[in-house]
Amino acid sequence: MADNHSRVAHQFDDLAQQQEASNLGMWAFLATEVLFFGGMFAAYAVYRSLYYDAFVAGSQHMDVLLGAVNTAVLLLSSLTVALGVHAVQRGNNGALTRYLLMTIALGSTFLVIKGFEYSHKYAEGLIPGVRFALEGPDHVELYFILYFVMTGFHALHMIVGIGIMTAMIILTRKGRFSPEYYNPIEVSGLYWHFVDIVWIFLYPLFYLIQVHP
Amino acid sequence: MWDFPLLPEAASSTAAEVDALFWILIGVASVFGGIITAGLVYFNIRYRKNSKASRAGAVSEHLPLELLWSIVPLVISAGIFGWGAKLYFDMHVPPENAREVYVVGKQWMWKIQHPQGNREINELHVPVGVPIKLVMTSQDVIHSFFVPAFRIKQDVLPGRYTTTWFEATKPGEYHLFCAEYCGTSHASMKGRVVVMKQEEFERWLAGNRQEESMTASGDQLFRQFGCVTCHSQTSQERGPSLHGLFGSTVRLADGSTVTADERYIRESILNPGAALVAGYKPLMPTYAGQMSQEQLFQIIEYVKSLGGPQIAGERRNP
Amino acid sequence: MKTVNEDALQKNYITAAYGIRSWLLTRDHKRIALLYLISITLFFFIGGFFAVLMRLELMTPQGDLVSAETYNRLFTMHGVAMIFFFLVPSIPAVLGNFLLPMMLGARDLAFPRLNLLSWYLYMVGGAYTLYAMVTGGIDTGWTFYTPYSTGYSTTNVVPVVVGIFILGFSSILTGLNFIVTTHKMRAPGLTWFRLPLFVWSQYATSVIILLATPVLAITLALLGVERIFRVGIFDPALGGDPILFQHMFWFYSHPAVYIMVLPSMGVVSELVTCFARRRIFGYRFMAFAVMAIAVLGFLVWGHHMFVSGQSVYAGMAFSALSFFVAIPSAIKVFNWTATLHKGRIEFRTPVLYAFGFIGLFTIGGLTGLFLATLAVNVHLTDTYFVVAHFHYIMVGGAVMGYLGGIHYWWPKMTGRMYHEGWAKFSALILFVGFNLTFFPQFILGYLGMPRRYYIYPEEFQVLNVLSTAGASILGLGYIIPMIYLLWSLRKPRTAGPNPWNAVGLEWLTPSPPPTHNFDKTPVVTEEPYAYEEKSAHGG
Repeated sequence: MADNHSRVAHQFDDLAQQQEASNLGMWAFLATEVLFFGGMFAAYAVYRSLYYDAFVAGSQHMDVLLGAVNTAVLLLSSLTVALGVHAVQRGNNGALTRYLLMTIALGSTFLVIKGFEYSHKYAEGLIPGVRFALEGPDHVELYFILYFVMTGFHALHMIVGIGIMTAMIILTRKGRFSPEYYNPIEVSGLYWHFVDIVWIFLYPLFYLIQVHP
Repeated sequence: MWDFPLLPEAASSTAAEVDALFWILIGVASVFGGIITAGLVYFNIRYRKNSKASRAGAVSEHLPLELLWSIVPLVISAGIFGWGAKLYFDMHVPPENAREVYVVGKQWMWKIQHPQGNREINELHVPVGVPIKLVMTSQDVIHSFFVPAFRIKQDVLPGRYTTTWFEATKPGEYHLFCAEYCGTSHASMKGRVVVMKQEEFERWLAGNRQEESMTASGDQLFRQFGCVTCHSQTSQERGPSLHGLFGSTVRLADGSTVTADERYIRESILNPGAALVAGYKPLMPTYAGQMSQEQLFQIIEYVKSLGGPQIAGERRNP
Repeated sequence: MKTVNEDALQKNYITAAYGIRSWLLTRDHKRIALLYLISITLFFFIGGFFAVLMRLELMTPQGDLVSAETYNRLFTMHGVAMIFFFLVPSIPAVLGNFLLPMMLGARDLAFPRLNLLSWYLYMVGGAYTLYAMVTGGIDTGWTFYTPYSTGYSTTNVVPVVVGIFILGFSSILTGLNFIVTTHKMRAPGLTWFRLPLFVWSQYATSVIILLATPVLAITLALLGVERIFRVGIFDPALGGDPILFQHMFWFYSHPAVYIMVLPSMGVVSELVTCFARRRIFGYRFMAFAVMAIAVLGFLVWGHHMFVSGQSVYAGMAFSALSFFVAIPSAIKVFNWTATLHKGRIEFRTPVLYAFGFIGLFTIGGLTGLFLATLAVNVHLTDTYFVVAHFHYIMVGGAVMGYLGGIHYWWPKMTGRMYHEGWAKFSALILFVGFNLTFFPQFILGYLGMPRRYYIYPEEFQVLNVLSTAGASILGLGYIIPMIYLLWSLRKPRTAGPNPWNAVGLEWLTPSPPPTHNFDKTPVVTEEPYAYEEKSAHGG
């Protein structure tokens, strides 16, 4: 069983204070992420309202099916994270490890699919500044710039998330967590859910315009 | 050496009011600054450590006082805001009879075009007592057209038109500065505005002209670029007629309306698909990259010469 | 005094461990504060050096000392160094780091390792930016307006932008740490309305840091993308919108000025109460005022863009809100003044800086009203009036507050006192030099001298010479404290736990404090600034 007293850092009075601080810290960090992605969404909103036709044209080049698969993959990965938290709450570290592995697998699947999409875009000449050959309405390049910047930063956050989950697996295997102490899992889960939610916004804004312009 | 100015000359119709507002602000600032300074000095002296003043009845809260020095500044602020906003709005809407002059800013000079054809570099000659509307753009980076004596300043942007106006009230020469950092020779991008009596200005105009009028140049360009093939009065099926267009309300294909001002003409030439006129097919090619800013201005002057409702200034979004 | 000798012999946070590793791998918030003190002082003098060269050039109307290219780099790098690597971190990273846990009765911040990471991020960002500065520099202005910065400047734009991006994370992590610590680690009995106003102002600052800095990060990232890949986000020639850049940039950079001044306001509240021996006047108003400034500060960014081509109606909205945000600041100035009423004022160096702050911040703030007034702003924007305005707030305000705080908490941090005579003299020099430097600039601005100009019409020379003369005096005001503060370190640590007889949890500890701050977590039963009670009990 994990020794809970040694889990309390010296600056905290007890485990409860530490956990509250840890939770608030993650929520505060997620607030900064909202503002970070928010800046990009604001730029998106401005340019979409100015150049709607360009955005409609740009979204024709998105693979709606692949995007939908990725959305399902991420939603599933949030489920596995939640199930992992539930497992550790019941002391089932084995299940926790399995769920974390599934989460990583799903997150990696997301990145692989994204990789395919990006390489398709390269082949079709749709990457502004690198290889862009599309003759479309004016400002269609802006759509693709925003697509790559926003999904690119999102993918970066996914990679970090996978790293965090890997660290969590390592710690789980070391016997660090128990029903009394699993706060790092919770907090990592919060981060993962946030990255998932960002995608939930990205998908309709980039992929679904063409479906219902 | 000691003969240096502390206040700039006021040489435009709005300068006096800007200055008045400035002095009111100085007054308000002096009063509040004075109150605080007096308070600090007085309390520091009277209540210094070993003074005999009574310390009885010291308070740390006083809601009425807090409200007083919240609400009084708020009310004063509201007044100043209102006056400043009203004057600002007036400074943005040129009078109906304002005469246009076209300005192209580029690194690192100001290029001026008068409708009559006169061109100037880093100098702007204007008649006294006549409102002048400047229609401005940049060829490269953001600049800012600043004439301290007129109290006007307006950023000049690439890719769009900005406008400002003034009416000079005193003949003389006044500084023209670029007021938005634009690279190496930003500080050298200056010149002068020369205000002349009206007859003198007419003479200057006639005697200093190297080119034909902007309308005539624009007419030539209209033919040279082939605009006349679709926009003449005999080819109305291909493109809308431009007679009587300038200043009118145009109905677009998506149902919205727009005023046919300088910005509209410019956009129609550079990006014809953006605001397709109702009832017409998107046949017009873009001329982006094919003509200079000055040539665009000349074509606009030509289109203005084809007539239109006399609503030169205020219908446009400020 | 027995207590003092005990202090001098006891292990404190400085003597707890020796060796460079114990400093570079420390998790002690007090050691991290000292690491920051050294780093930001370095950047202050780097930024100051650039300013000296600028003022020297501006003594004459012609460009004779440096070329236009050099001057453009000087003012850019002066701004970048001073704003991002000095002002933004200054009080939070030095005084906030040192004092916040102590004022809360805590042993450290909530996340000590994150705190150390903050410092390393600052150092990496700072080193990279410095590297960019010495290998060619940057000439876009600290405001990086497009399309000049993305499509025209041939200088080290991307490295500097990367350096600031990294620094942004340093700032965010500090703010995050402060917010969590304030929420979760207050000593028993220390309710929100018993907190020192220094804590309130750090908290408000941290909220701004958290919400505004990410927007700067993404703005700079997009700037970098545009510059590297030559795609059109903000460059109209490539299909972008330069005004969008300005909106995004100022959305951070306006709240940033409150990041720079709110902490100083917190310091002033501590100083005025201690040296007037009084409670603060209107505590709740003061606490709500800093929160109001933080919130309202997010709503006024467009007042930097009145002549940018943005809509006139947007301008009106931003102008009205800008007047609104001045009100809480005015309340604070009135309340500090009222705190002196019926006090027993002692004129020690820290409070001299506080008085300097109140006077100069008031002038700076009042001139802000000029700039908030739309019609007047048209004339004044982008002139030396703006330069004077923000230097009154940043130097006359923020830096004075910082110096006041350094002097006030110096004995706590080091266990030593500095030489009071030299300190008072230096404060006076600073005040005189500052006004001589920057007041003429208000006049220059109204006359029409634009900013970022290295040459100017002859008639502006006298005022420029006055300003440069003032700058030489101002410089002395910064160099002298360096000397006597460092000199004080040669003395033994005899300052004692509470040389000012002040009220506050940090004064309950020895000077310098032990690593863990408190042997036993204090329990708070008093209202803040209980100076009157202290006096009544013969304290």
